[in-house]
Parts: sequence; structure tokens; C-alpha cells
Amino acid sequence: MDVDRSVAALSEVLFTLAIFAVGIAILEGVLYVILVRWLKARLALPILLIAPALVGLTALIIYPLVWELNVSFTNMSLNRLCDPGFPAGLLAECRGEPMFIGLDNYINVFTRPVLQVAGFFQVFWQTILWTVINVAFHVGLGLGLALLLNRHLRLKGVYRALIVLPWAIPQIVSLAVWRTELNAEFGMVNQLLSLIGISGPSWMTDPFWNFFAMIMVNVWLGVPFMMVLLLGGLQSIPADLYEAAEIDGASSRQSFRHITLPLLRPVLVPSVILGTVWTFNNFNVPFVINQLELETSDTLVTGLFRAAFQYNRYGFAGAYAFVVFAVLLVFVIVYVRRSGALRGAYE
Amino acid sequence: MTSTTVPTPVQAAAVKKGITTSAGGRGDSPLKRAIIHATLFLAALIAIVPVLRVISVSLRPENRLLSRTLDIIPEGATFASYENVLFNTDFPQWLFNSLIITIGTSLVGLIFAATSAYGFSRFAFPGRGVGLTGLLATQLIPATMLLVPIFILAIQLDLVGTYRGLVIAYAVTSVPFSIWILKGYYDTVPVELEEAARIDGCSQLEAFWRVLLPLSTPALAIVFLFNFLAAWNEFVLARVLIGSQTDLFTWPLGILRFQAQFQTQWGDLAAASVLVSIPIVALFLYSSKWLISGVTLGGVKG
Repeated sequence: MDVDRSVAALSEVLFTLAIFAVGIAILEGVLYVILVRWLKARLALPILLIAPALVGLTALIIYPLVWELNVSFTNMSLNRLCDPGFPAGLLAECRGEPMFIGLDNYINVFTRPVLQVAGFFQVFWQTILWTVINVAFHVGLGLGLALLLNRHLRLKGVYRALIVLPWAIPQIVSLAVWRTELNAEFGMVNQLLSLIGISGPSWMTDPFWNFFAMIMVNVWLGVPFMMVLLLGGLQSIPADLYEAAEIDGASSRQSFRHITLPLLRPVLVPSVILGTVWTFNNFNVPFVINQLELETSDTLVTGLFRAAFQYNRYGFAGAYAFVVFAVLLVFVIVYVRRSGALRGAYE
Repeated sequence: MTSTTVPTPVQAAAVKKGITTSAGGRGDSPLKRAIIHATLFLAALIAIVPVLRVISVSLRPENRLLSRTLDIIPEGATFASYENVLFNTDFPQWLFNSLIITIGTSLVGLIFAATSAYGFSRFAFPGRGVGLTGLLATQLIPATMLLVPIFILAIQLDLVGTYRGLVIAYAVTSVPFSIWILKGYYDTVPVELEEAARIDGCSQLEAFWRVLLPLSTPALAIVFLFNFLAAWNEFVLARVLIGSQTDLFTWPLGILRFQAQFQTQWGDLAAASVLVSIPIVALFLYSSKWLISGVTLGGVKG
């Protein structure tokens, strides 16, 4: 470890944080003078409280999104890295060529390949498949294991601690290790397969097995979290209910159907939403397992990364990004409306 | 269930009939019990085999790195890979870089969120509902969507290849989720406590500082932990903003660098993986209950 380098890093971080603090102090001072001294506003305090976060989020999320929307109407790329102006003017030029191309990028997202050969709808279906299979396994296996662990059982704590392990390990570590273990020749997976007489596939070059490997690794990564979440939900269901059901002669299947499932709903519904959004947006798993090699293993978000950083088509990537975001937004709005998952959060 | 040793009539009946409840399982037949144990054992095995394997590879001597053995303790086990990673690579530097960035940004993010959440929890102001929905909507944005604009804006502001952009980005992007968790927690603390403090002469801010914040320590700890883990494990933004200068790397970039050259550095990858995982796993196992309550605390009530 290099001392100079470390001191430089530390001072850079501290310097940035100091700038942060000074900026907030100035912001708060100005707002205080305007709101409290001049306007004597009744709501001065909440505004003062929220202002720093609001300014930060505007600068880091809202402004970049508006900027990206603006760029999505232009042909900006690595070779045409000019300022298109705001709003992207009809007259904006880059090296003598007009930049503004209207909705062309949005049309191209659906009509031309978004990667080298794969078109939008191919990647879209790959993403749907990826999301549905993963969430189904996460919830199915997670619920199954949670039900088993919610019983009177010896060694319950040991099982729980061991099963939670894949969630606890930093994701990049697990992924780097899995990628290595999927090596066709020296990796553990194929060695284990050869023990039972199967010669394993080449996980990195065969499109089907690569996609399979991505899902396998993500299921391994995601089940523990879902299990712990659902176990928490199961433990909050009072045991008396099951006893009462038993006295009334209900079978264990009936208890599950009429007690467990309805009472687990408040945990299950947000878990499914969360799981779907996280899986849909999951970048690390396809990125590390596939390493941007096979287009058949790309999902919408890794495709987006390619469009932006491999092919450097920034305008096109902007349009693509908004289409991807719209897909997710529509799903979540429909799901939240139908399940009433956010009731009670606003009062 | 009751903790008495004498079974209640219901339990006795259940034992007799072999009925189980979801919360029960005391009356399971030995066969059923065996099946349950076998299932859980298998699940635990699948969960830990890759972990054991990494530990095993990290102990291999250099000339056997690419052997096909599946032994957990390899022949001629040695700590040479650990020594190499700690003394001959930039790995300690990467850990240090990650550590200062992560601690700094988590603290700043926490301060942002703690005050804003108070505004959202205790005041009715126009735009409150829109603000809360907007905060939630930011959670849907794929990280890659913001990468393009942030990357190009960072180039224009000359922030690529420094920590400045990264620190600002980490501190701010964790705020929406943190606000939701803290607002959910503040909502459960009776407002009468602060009112009592105000009658005793505190200003509103003093009431927040002296009454609500101390009462919210568990939620603040959860949020800090969440922010810490998110920044500690973040990878793609760091990749885009730090670039290719290896001594500036955070550890995830470094680990993937080992991975990319696995033929020669498999031992380094394994040893570094073990080293970086041990403290995080310990932290996780210690705090997993609170982490979970944090997810459900955020007001996403059914």
C-alpha cells in the first residue's frame, strides 16, 4: 500500500465532502434569509429540511434524465460529441452536420438492431424470460425453505445461517468466483458433473447454457434474501390461528391456502414487486457471467450499457433508456394498482 | 405455542393424528422429519459449496492452481496466495480506497436522509405526496440509464479519473431509499413526545435533535448499513467514473481484474475474495434481522 497514494485518496474524499458541507451551508443560509427573514413563510422549516436532498437529487437524477431526454432526439455519439443546446435546437450542428433528428432514435430502437444483430424485441423477450424465471424460483424456493424453517426443528439456526450465506457475500465476489468456476475445463461445475458421468457444456460459448448459467447463478444469489423476507412474514402469523383451524378439522393444505397465503400477502406482494424490479434491472449478473460476449444473453439493461459504452451511440442509448424505463414503469403501475401494495404509506 | 412441558389437548390431538401446522411440526413422523432435514441439508450444501471451493483454491500452492482436484484442503496447502495478494498487489490499496469512499458517502447520505425524512414525516406541505412518489420512482431507474448522462457530464466537468464524482454520486443516490425507511420509522414515533419537549422550551429542531433522533437510532443504524453495503459493493458507476488507472480502483474493480486474467491469478482472486468477504459476512450475519426489518420498515405496508 502506497502512503502517498492513500493520503491523496483520503484528502480527495475529505475535500469533496467539505465542498458538500460548504455548499449546503450556503444553500441553507440563503434559504433562511429569504424564507424566514423576508417572507416569514409558515412552511420555512420543512423547506429548509428538504432543500439539500432536493437540490442533490435534482443535480444527480433529474438533471441527467432531462439531459438524456434532450440528447435522445439527437445523433450524438463519440464521433459527434457536441453540445446540442437545450432544448435540442433544429439548428444545432456538429462538424457541419445537423444534430437534431427528431424521433428517429425512438423509431430505430424498434426497427433496427439495438446490438450488433439482436433487435429490441429479441432482447425484450430475453429480459422477460430472465425476470419471470428468476422471480418464480426466488419466490417458490424462498417460500418453500421459509415454510420448512418455520417449523419446530433441530439445527434450524444452523441451516438458516448457512442458507443465508450467498446473500451475505459481496455480489461481485460471488460473480467473479462463479464465472471462474464455470470455466469448461477447470471449473468446479463441470468437474462435479463429470463425477456423475456427464460431460458438462461449455458455459461461456453455448448460448443456451450461458443463459442457463446466468439464471442458475442469480437463483443461487437471490433465494436467501427472499427466504429471510418471507420467513419474517410467516413468523408474524399467530400460531393460534392454525390451532383454531385444526380444531375445526382443516387439513394442513387448507390451512396453508386459507391462513398462510392471505396473511402472508402484505409481505409477499412488495417482495414480488421488489424482486421483479431488481431482477429486471440486474446488471451485475449478466455483465459478469456473460461479460458482454453473447448477445443472446443480454438483457435490456446490459444492452443499454453496450449501446452507450461499446458502440458509443449516446443519442440512441438515450432513446433506448427511456423505452426500457417505460416498460418497467408500466409493469409497476399496473401491479401496484391491482394489488394495492402501497396503501397506507401516504397518510 | 406454549412452553409448558404438558401438551395442551390440541397438541396432544395433533400428535395423535399426525397433523401439523405451518408453525408446528412437533407431530411429524420420523420419515417426514428425515425428508425435511434432507431438503434443508441439500439447500445448505448448495449454498456453501462454492464458498468452500473458494477457500480451497485460495490455499492451493502455485503449481497446483489449475489442478482438477475437488479436495477441500488441497495437497500442500499454503497461505502463499494471501501473502501475494497482501504484499505484491494493489489489493490493500483498493480496500483502503473503498473504505474511505464508503464511510464518507454513507455518513453524508445519512445526514441528508435523516433531515429530509423529518420534513416528510412531520409536516404537511404542498407537493409532499408528489415528492414521496417521485422518491419511490427513482428506485425503478436502471443504473445504466443514468450512466450515459453522468459519464458525459463528468467528462465535461473533468471528474473522470477522480473520486469527486463518485463520492457525490454515492452520497446522493442512496438518499431516496433512506428517506423512505426513515420516514416510515419516524411515523411510528408518537409526535406527542416532541410536543412535550416543545412545551418544556425546546425549539422544533431541538426536539428533533434531542428526542426523535435518539429514539431513531435503530433505523439510523439500518440506513447507514444499507448505504454502506450499497456503496461498498457498487461496481458499474465506479468502472465508468474511475476509468483504467489501477491504483485508483475500488475493490470490486480490482477483483474483476483478477478474474479477467484468471489463468495466472486464480489464487489471487480466491484469496482476495475470502479476505474481502469475511468482515462483510460477519456484519451480515450479525445484522441480517435488522436489514430485513429495514426493507419492510420503509412504509411499503400491505
